[in-house]
Amino acid sequence: MLLILLCFRMGVIELAIQNVNSLSIQKLIEEKKKNHNTAGIIEKFIPMILLLAAVVSVLTTIGTVLTLIFETITFFQTVSILEFLTTKKWYPFSETEGTFGILPLVLGTLKVTFIAIIVSIPIGLTSAIYLSEYATERTRRIIKPILEVLAGIPTIVYGFFALTFVTPLLREIIPGLELFNALSPGIVIGIMITPMIASLSEDALVSVPNSMREGAFALGATKFEVALKVVLPAAISGIISSIVLAISRAIGETMIVAIAGGSTPNVDWNVTNSIQTMTAYIVQVSQGDAGYGTTIYYSIYAVGMTLFIFTLIMNLIAQYISRRFREEYE
Amino acid sequence: MTITLVSPQIEVMKMDSIQEKNIVYQTSQLNLWYGEKHALKNINLDILENEVTAIIGPSGCGKSTYLKILNRMIELVQGVKITGEILYRNRNILDRSYQVEELRTKVGMVFQKPNPFPKSIYENVAYGPKIHGIRDKKVLEQIVEKSLRSAALWDEVKDRLNQNAYSLSGGQQQRLCIARCLAIEPDVILMDEPTSALDPISTLKIEELVKELKKEYSIIIVTHNMQQAARISNKTAFFLNGEVIEFAPTSKIFSNPKDKRTEDYITGRFG
Repeated sequence: MLLILLCFRMGVIELAIQNVNSLSIQKLIEEKKKNHNTAGIIEKFIPMILLLAAVVSVLTTIGTVLTLIFETITFFQTVSILEFLTTKKWYPFSETEGTFGILPLVLGTLKVTFIAIIVSIPIGLTSAIYLSEYATERTRRIIKPILEVLAGIPTIVYGFFALTFVTPLLREIIPGLELFNALSPGIVIGIMITPMIASLSEDALVSVPNSMREGAFALGATKFEVALKVVLPAAISGIISSIVLAISRAIGETMIVAIAGGSTPNVDWNVTNSIQTMTAYIVQVSQGDAGYGTTIYYSIYAVGMTLFIFTLIMNLIAQYISRRFREEYE
Repeated sequence: MTITLVSPQIEVMKMDSIQEKNIVYQTSQLNLWYGEKHALKNINLDILENEVTAIIGPSGCGKSTYLKILNRMIELVQGVKITGEILYRNRNILDRSYQVEELRTKVGMVFQKPNPFPKSIYENVAYGPKIHGIRDKKVLEQIVEKSLRSAALWDEVKDRLNQNAYSLSGGQQQRLCIARCLAIEPDVILMDEPTSALDPISTLKIEELVKELKKEYSIIIVTHNMQQAARISNKTAFFLNGEVIEFAPTSKIFSNPKDKRTEDYITGRFG
């Protein structure tokens, strides 16, 4: 069918070429237009279809947030906001009456995220600088795709990597480290988000115009001085965005902490014992037997809301910082 | 602005005859290949102190390439092979033992397109002294003011030193780049078509500046604008297809060129 259509079209073109000598091109165009009334209709409808797609995605987002808000409100009708925010205990499954204090879960998330940041920022940034300023074109062509593949590994794989490889290894070094702890998933999340920081920061560094580097080299700057004092500051807004994006991922990361972090909400800054993060709690409840309509069921929305507020704040900070530190060229 | 194409500069001629000047750059038997392409062929040039040396020639004649060898910026290009010798103050800069950072601290460069760093005006000028270890705020402030004054930019920017350099006009940006270069007090300033991206008034300002700067610096300027070469330079080298066709006092090149090709080029028959 397609072939026939193609042949037909080619025939038309040949005809057109033959006619060029006798007919003026303007006339040819006019004739074509007569046959293409559909073009006008398409021009009219395409923007509407595009708008529809945009509206669908916006509505979905609004819908999700609304669900989150409504269910959270329901939760706060049984548990007071004050208790939720100030109590330092999270015992939802207590036989008599559950205690819902978000702090232990928040602390669990923060501990893991903090470790992940400590691991990922130095490694990610250093490799980005290496790739953009020092590596040869060939090295870059090999390493960049590998980084992007790393970013695509399913997180559950990372989770078992943490539990069955990193934790035993750490227990060799740190005596008294529990089987489930904050350290191991923290490190593994750090490993997981490193390629993201490296890859996005490298994009930001590479997009700094070469004339900047030349200007600095011409003043007698060494390669390292050029990278650190000209290229890095010029790319800082892109780099900060990449870091914040990575932190958001670390905060929202679920599988790794659910597998290797444990399910004991603790209120301390100790990273060697078992923890529970906000995401891991949501997983625990959703796979458990909390019935629809119970307080525990609604509590996952309240926790989800808290998580949402965290990432929202992160995004706002990112926008502010990247605007504040933007170094524009041209 | 009317300029006669051939304008013998009496002032320049006088200056030349006054005294013997030291040689800054002595190029001998210089050859350069970009991969297979033989881009510079057997260049021999002596460049003197406190003069403006103009390098003219059509596009692709190797004039920018030659300039980039003088501070070894050519090394940023891959696949370049160089033979021959360039003595800067009697030391061969092509010798691997010559630290490139040391050379570039002595030999500043101004580029075709203004390329200030995306920092404040102050930071742009202070960058050079800073990377060379000058940290004292008071000293830096003095350097910034002095450099901006020498680049004839101080009066225009003194009240907004903390503004981003990209808030300046193109001509101001180029003078800022000159100030940035002056801030480490180099010995030589290389200029690679510094006015080609600027309007006539900004161009004139830069030209005035170059004439002023040659009292203290040796300047080598690549230009595709022959009137510019005639206006500001003491000596002119005419490059064609990677060769130096003629190198002589500017007045002589423009009034009485020896080579037919030079004459054809400066009278606008090609290029």
